[in-house]
Amino acid sequence: MIIEVGHYALVLALATALVVSIVPVIGARRNDAAMMALAPVGSIVMFLLVLFSFSALTWAYVVSDFSLKNVWENSHSMMPAVYKFSGVWGNHEGSMMLWLLILVFFSALVAFFGRNLPDTLRANVLAAQAWITTAFTLFILLTSNPFLRLNPAPAEGQDLNPILQDPGLAVHPPLLYLGYVGFSVCFSFAVAALMEGRIDAAWARWVRPWTLAAWTFLTAGIAMGSYWAYYELGWGGWWFWDPVENASFMPWLAGTALLHSALVMEKREALKIWTVLLAIMTFSLSLLGTFLVRSGVLTSVHAFATDPTRGIFILAILMLFIGGAFALFAWRAPMLKAGGLFAPISREGSLVLNNLILTVATATILIGTLYPLVLETLTGEKISVGAPFFNMTFGLLMIPLLIAVPFGPMLAWKRGDLLGAMQRLYGAAGLALVAGLVLYYIENGGPVMAVFGLVIAFWGMFGALADLWYRANFGKLPVGVAWRRLTGLPRSAFGTALAHFGLGVTVLGIIMVTTYETETVVEMKQGMTVEAGGYSLVFDGMREAVGPNFTEERGHFTISQGGVVVADTWSSKRLYTARRMPTTEAGIVTFGFSQLYVSLGDPIAGGGMVVRIWWKPFILCIWGGSLIMMVGGFVSLSDRRLRVGAPRRKARPARLAMEAAE
Amino acid sequence: MIRKLLLAAMLALAPLPALAVNPDEVLDDPVLEERARNLSVNLRCMVCQNQSIDDSNAELARDLRVLVRERLQNGDTDEEVIDYVVSRYGEFVLLKPRFSVRTLLLWTAPAVLLLGGALVLVLIARGRLQARTPAPLTAEEQARLDELVGKR
Repeated sequence: MIIEVGHYALVLALATALVVSIVPVIGARRNDAAMMALAPVGSIVMFLLVLFSFSALTWAYVVSDFSLKNVWENSHSMMPAVYKFSGVWGNHEGSMMLWLLILVFFSALVAFFGRNLPDTLRANVLAAQAWITTAFTLFILLTSNPFLRLNPAPAEGQDLNPILQDPGLAVHPPLLYLGYVGFSVCFSFAVAALMEGRIDAAWARWVRPWTLAAWTFLTAGIAMGSYWAYYELGWGGWWFWDPVENASFMPWLAGTALLHSALVMEKREALKIWTVLLAIMTFSLSLLGTFLVRSGVLTSVHAFATDPTRGIFILAILMLFIGGAFALFAWRAPMLKAGGLFAPISREGSLVLNNLILTVATATILIGTLYPLVLETLTGEKISVGAPFFNMTFGLLMIPLLIAVPFGPMLAWKRGDLLGAMQRLYGAAGLALVAGLVLYYIENGGPVMAVFGLVIAFWGMFGALADLWYRANFGKLPVGVAWRRLTGLPRSAFGTALAHFGLGVTVLGIIMVTTYETETVVEMKQGMTVEAGGYSLVFDGMREAVGPNFTEERGHFTISQGGVVVADTWSSKRLYTARRMPTTEAGIVTFGFSQLYVSLGDPIAGGGMVVRIWWKPFILCIWGGSLIMMVGGFVSLSDRRLRVGAPRRKARPARLAMEAAE
Repeated sequence: MIRKLLLAAMLALAPLPALAVNPDEVLDDPVLEERARNLSVNLRCMVCQNQSIDDSNAELARDLRVLVRERLQNGDTDEEVIDYVVSRYGEFVLLKPRFSVRTLLLWTAPAVLLLGGALVLVLIARGRLQARTPAPLTAEEQARLDELVGKR
């Protein structure tokens, strides 16, 4: 019964979305307050309905109601409770429900926090959100309905894919979707601004916190997914340039560009048209990602052709929204007035450079991802575009960007002093060079390019610190005064510094791992010792174990350094009983930022196992850096400027006047 | 990423998850083995989703790894090995496609976009600068100005 009510709630949500799609827009045109007021109420109702619907589905999972086809296909009564929860979105239908839930969650947030928005803008933004909601609710109801029953109900479910039975599934998709879908708000704001034909610094100020929030969640989601793949897939890779990864990385890159261009728009009223375009592109890439992942088009063009209903439906959504938004843009953008002027060497100029490189990088990944697909469709020829291509092109594009990052915050708005910025960065550059060389020496050399990479990484970190150093004016002012100045800096300054510092840390991790990683593949018998990363691993033998829904063979390893035992680990191979599916659970031991990664292979004749041992130096920096970036995002989000939010409507003219005076 | 995991799971169905290079495949000569590994990273496992033969545990990937090593032992250069593999499996096997008419757009896109973008920016900047410098006075305006100045 609960299921049917949940199903019905989803249908009601569709009806509500339709109303919110139309009525507030008419209200905004006629300046009818009552019609516009429908938008926030309707958005919150939509959220409650979808929340109920989602809860009903979750309920079915928790009580293992196998009369529901979706539950039967993806759950098992013996599964641990946490995976019964997270299993809700571990499949196509459920993950679309999560997508929808997060979408209406953002609409409700705009409705709730947007009380200080001008009425027409709010009505239009929420209507645009409702258009997206309508499309995706229809998609779920027509092609991916999780509420379908089975009759007779099976006694036992088919179990969740074992690889998904991991805490990663509980965290990764919600974070990723909070980011992905969060950009819908920026999209709706852009569309609403185009509909009104008016856009100003206040608009950028309203959009920026949403961009920042979405970006922060997406950063966390991607990093989390990368770590999950790293420890779960068993060969220690952390980024594969898989089309599905690219699908989440492209909105991240575009979103990063948006974050920076919105800054220019907020402070200087420049780059208006470009910011609007970026907002549209970022969410379009999110939609494209959804299409790529959900339609099955990536697995094979032919798989797509045999069951194209879902793919065609999302493709239609894609074309409708992207095409519609771009058409609106082409029509209305010329009406937007260009804003403040600036010299090429200036804060604005550096942010334009940032946008240029990030956009080209996004386009490169987009082209690389779609090229094989398009080529095969057009000519029937099959080519592959894989990691080596992306590493090369993306890597080359990132070098100038990484070099430029510390300069940006050092340049003044309007007209900057490059020489002055360089002088202030001498210290950071010197320290980076020393740190890079020291690390290179400690690691016993290696390719000369590695020094270059390491120095760039440290340059990013020290550059970020130098920014704070000079803002507080350490070195010129007495330490006490400078310290007070430092603590008095706006939080967004710390946000910027943290994010840029985190970027450097991530780059450091990437360079270190790719340069100094070692891999040892050996046949090990009980009692044998292998050296890796300066540690000795002794294989103590295998043991069998039984989990709630799997059996496993686990090998024990004792790790010692200089004759002293420092750690031990289990590495296992599991067999999930319901699906007869094997997985590997690598043994991972952390030393500082570095890790030893032990993975079991096949048993060998005469006892013993094939064992793969990787030494992954500084690998934790990759995700640690992302974590720092994420913290930077939250710190910046808590900045007074954004916390107080866009000023109250009545106070606005005064505020704007003040800004103009600044 | 989930999809990646799912696919990896599905592909791993047949054999137990043994990973990539096995000890029995490794060549005795470390230089040759190093070359083999470097080549393997760029060759696609034909039955996998976006995996190199170096990463994959599929039978076919193993065959290809062994094949690469055999060719290397027979004294082939890296290019000869690649050419041979491509002649057998087609361009699809290369994870980094060769530069050709068909991949022209793919390979030139980053540079073209970067230069094109920079060019547009320069043009916009110049356009703005020109807009800022006022147009010279026409003869009439000059005359009027002289008149005004002269009066004073």
